[in-house]
Amino acid sequence: MSKFLTASIGRKFVMSLSGLFLVVFIAVHLGLNLLLIFDNSGDLFNQGAHFMATNPLIKIMEPILGLGFIIHIVWSFFLEYQNWKARPVKYAKKNMSGASSWASRNMLVLGGLVLVFLIIHIINFFVKMKFTGDPLLAEVTINGEHMHNAYALVSSAFINSAALGIFYILGGILLGIHLSHGFWSAFQTLGLNNKHWLNRWKVIGTIYAILIAVGYAVIPLYFMLGLYK
Amino acid sequence: MADKILKKLKIKVWRQKNAKSKGKFETYTIENISTGSSFLEMMDILNFQLIEEGIDPIAFDHDCREGICGTCSLYINGRPHGPDTEVTTCQLHMRKFKDGETIVIEPWRARAFPVIKDLVVDRTAFEKILQAGGFVSVNTGGVPDANTIPIPKDDAEESMDAAACIGCGACVAACKNSSAMLFVSAKVSHLAKLPQGKVEAASRAKNMVSKMDELGFGGCTNTQACEAECPKSISITNIARLNREYLKARISE
Repeated sequence: MSKFLTASIGRKFVMSLSGLFLVVFIAVHLGLNLLLIFDNSGDLFNQGAHFMATNPLIKIMEPILGLGFIIHIVWSFFLEYQNWKARPVKYAKKNMSGASSWASRNMLVLGGLVLVFLIIHIINFFVKMKFTGDPLLAEVTINGEHMHNAYALVSSAFINSAALGIFYILGGILLGIHLSHGFWSAFQTLGLNNKHWLNRWKVIGTIYAILIAVGYAVIPLYFMLGLYK
Repeated sequence: MADKILKKLKIKVWRQKNAKSKGKFETYTIENISTGSSFLEMMDILNFQLIEEGIDPIAFDHDCREGICGTCSLYINGRPHGPDTEVTTCQLHMRKFKDGETIVIEPWRARAFPVIKDLVVDRTAFEKILQAGGFVSVNTGGVPDANTIPIPKDDAEESMDAAACIGCGACVAACKNSSAMLFVSAKVSHLAKLPQGKVEAASRAKNMVSKMDELGFGGCTNTQACEAECPKSISITNIARLNREYLKARISE
């Protein structure tokens, strides 16, 4: 096993598995957050957030998810450094745009920008909901159950700050571009690809990337455009 | 129809005395080059000119000049084998360039391919990878009739497509990570698709990959630049097969 993890292919295997794990999380996270725009009273979203905060299975998954993020991020810097070392003298003139996509050549840059978004996102919502609390999170009672008013926190953030909304839209787009290469690339690295599946994975990956980018961009837009009234 | 003449070209080329010395770019001017001549013919003409001027001619690799031996290299205007697709440098023609243009010529750049002189790099690393597992062992017996071993047509085709690799190293030169995965995957695939290659499939994948890592090539990030720049259009689906073969070999040990 140690041999596997020190080999180039083994290292990328870790990268693609952690990536696919995050792909699943991103879909679940989007599904839940779309509740924000399907019920203007906020009850649906609050119940969803409450369920995620109290469900034992989710509680177990939370640290695993954190670990998934850390592995994917730390590993990417390590691998990029290894790859960077493989070419000590760089080319004076490069013309790579015809041979490969911009996203595929800049996965670390895209991932790094998504990471910046992620940190601010966690400070904005996760930390407040989980640890520090916020006046907006005052308890509400839905169907006899007490829970945080997460809807108030999220909706007021986007209603009060267009800058934050634009930041979130950009975050969604960046993630989509990252996924446009990352999705099919993960299957390629796992060896689950051939001449038939190459284009299938790419089409599925592109559709997924667009759904994620649009899905996450719609939420701040919904509040910025005043559709919640 | 007579070929057009490029009246004047500037050639900015990497000059390096030997493996140890520090190289630098030199710019030379060359006149009256026919668009019908190959890139290497242009290099020959430039070298004659340099010899007459008392300058050391530019060292570059070349052999068959028919696009099949894999000896010629050159990173021209930011692309391995220059601004054309599915050709080696010797099959690149001057009609791909404009009059008055500055053509930048660099050697392959990779830690595993050190520069020996000017544009010549040491590609022994590829030989070492092949020696690690790019073969089938035939230890005894006479030569069997080829047709006695049934091989599905599609497998034979895929094997032949992978075997088209001439080992020029353009994949390494094109890759942003200097990865040799396309080369190694082609060499693993053309044997993995045939019954003769199955016997040593597991050890082949393991040995060739570990040799590739040891020699300092980077990892694959699936940018597909290798496939786009490969003069033989070797498919990256071979890389998926190599990943599969390697994982299979590691899991079963």
